[in-house]
Amino acid sequence: MKDKKFDIIIIGGGPAGLTAGLYIARAKVKVLVLNEGISGGQMVLTHEIANYPGINTISGFMLSRNMQKQAESFGCIVKSNIKITSFNLEGKVKTITVNEKEVFEAKAVIIATGGKSRKLNIEGENEFTGKGISYCATCDGDFFQDKEIIVVGGGNSALEEAVALTQYAKKVTIVHQFDHFQGFKHAIETAKNHKKIDFILEAEIVGFYGSKSLEEVKIKDLNTSKEFTKKIDGVFIFIGYVPQTIPFKNIIKLSKRGEIIADKNMATNISGVFVAGDCREKNIRQITTAVSDGTISALKAIEYIQSK
Amino acid sequence: MNLQTNLKHISTEADYNKIVSDNENIMICCGRMGPMCVPVYAEMEDLQNEYSNVKFYDMLFDLPEAGVIRNMPECAGFMGLPFTVYIKNGKVVKATSSIQSREQITEILDSVF
Ligand SMILES: Cc1cc2nc3c(=O)[nH]c(=O)nc-3n(C[C@H](O)[C@H](O)[C@H](O)COP(=O)(O)OP(=O)(O)OC[C@H]3O[C@@H](n4cnc5c(N)ncnc54)[C@H](O)[C@@H]3O)c2cc1C
Repeated sequence: MKDKKFDIIIIGGGPAGLTAGLYIARAKVKVLVLNEGISGGQMVLTHEIANYPGINTISGFMLSRNMQKQAESFGCIVKSNIKITSFNLEGKVKTITVNEKEVFEAKAVIIATGGKSRKLNIEGENEFTGKGISYCATCDGDFFQDKEIIVVGGGNSALEEAVALTQYAKKVTIVHQFDHFQGFKHAIETAKNHKKIDFILEAEIVGFYGSKSLEEVKIKDLNTSKEFTKKIDGVFIFIGYVPQTIPFKNIIKLSKRGEIIADKNMATNISGVFVAGDCREKNIRQITTAVSDGTISALKAIEYIQSK
Repeated sequence: MNLQTNLKHISTEADYNKIVSDNENIMICCGRMGPMCVPVYAEMEDLQNEYSNVKFYDMLFDLPEAGVIRNMPECAGFMGLPFTVYIKNGKVVKATSSIQSREQITEILDSVF
C-alpha cells in the first residue's frame, strides 16, 4: 500500500471497528482499518444473528460483509489478514508497523480488538479440538446424534447451547465450577427442567483423553479435590471470552480482567487513543453495544484531531 | 450445489480424482457455510495469491460425493467442521478438523509443500 499517512487508524475490524470506520470515512476524514484475520470479528463465528435491529435474521458472515462494504463505500480502507508487529501510540504522531515492514502513521488511534472464546487450557484440549471437543454447537452438533456429551460452563451461552444440543445428543451433562449459574432465570429453568440434561456442579474438567478421537474426560470435584473419569463422546466449551488486549498491557490502563479502561467518550489514558467494543471494560457485549462504542469513539476521535 | 465462496469447487468424486491426478500440491476444505468454516475459506481465498504452487479448492460437506473426503481414513475421528485435507502427489499428507487460523494453515502449507 502506497499511502501510509492517515488521520485515524482503527485496530480491529469487527462491528466496533467497521462502524467507527464508516462514521470517520463519511465525515471525509482519512481512515484505515487494520485487522488480523478476516474482517467481521466474532460476528463471523455467529451462525444467525436475530437481535440486530432492523434485520430479522442474518448470518454473521453476511452482516460482516455488509458492514465492510458500507464502510468502504464512504472511502474507509480495510486491510485484513495483517499482523501488527510493533507500534508507538504515545506521541502526537502514532505509528503502527504491519508485518514488520509497512509503517503507518495517524493522529489518533481507535483500538477495537474485541475478544475471543476462552479455552480451558488443559491437557488434551488442542489435540482433541475437532475430534470431540467443539466451541460451536450449530456447527458440530450433528456429529453427536444419539451420543453422550458434556457442556462446560454456567452462563447463558452454555445453558442455551446445552438445550440446543439435546436435539442431537441422547444425554447432555453440564459441568460447571459453581453451585449456581450466571445465566438468565429463564435459561436456567429451561436447562434444569430438560429431561435430557443433568448436572455435575462444583467440578471442573482437568484433562481430555482418547486415541483417534475423544473418549473420556477427567473431572475434579472442587469440594473434595477427588478426580474421576467419565466416558464421553463429545465436549462443548462455553466459558466466556478473553479480551484481545495483551499487546497494549504495559501502555494502556487495563482492568483486572485485561479490558481497556475508558471514559464515557471512549478515551483511554493516552491522549489520542480511543477504544470501542468488547475489548473495553463494560458489562454488555453485543453487536449493538459494539456499534454504539464504534460510533462514539469515531466522533470523539474526529473531534480530537480537529482540535489539534 | 456448491459453497458460496470465491474458491474453485469440487462437486463430484470424478472432479476430485481428476484434480488429484492433475496437480502436485492441493488444499481442499470440505465444509458448510457455517461459522467455523467461513473463516477458513476466506483465508484460503487470500492465500491463493501467496502460494502459487498450491491449488485451493472447497467442497460442500453435504454432497453425497463429498464422502470421498468425509470417509478418508485420515479424517477418521473428525467431529468438527470443516475437514481440511492437504494432498501431495496424490497422497494425503495432512488433515485437520475444525476452524484453523491463518498461522496454522500457513505452517502446514510451508511444511508439507
Ligand atoms: C458464537 C458467538 C455468538 C454471538 N452471537 C451474538 C448475537 O447473536 N448477537 C449479538 O449482538 N452478539 C453476539 N455475539 C457477540 C458479538 O459478536 C460481539 O459482542 C461483537 O462481535 C464485538 O465486536 P467487536 O468489534 O468489539 O470485537 P470482535 O467482533 O471481537 O472483533 C475484533 C476484531 O479485531 C481483530 N483483532 C484482534 N486483535 C488484533 C490486533 N492485534 N491487530 C489487528 N486486529 C486485531 C480480530 O481479528 C477481530 O476481527 C456473539 C459472539 C459469539 C462468539
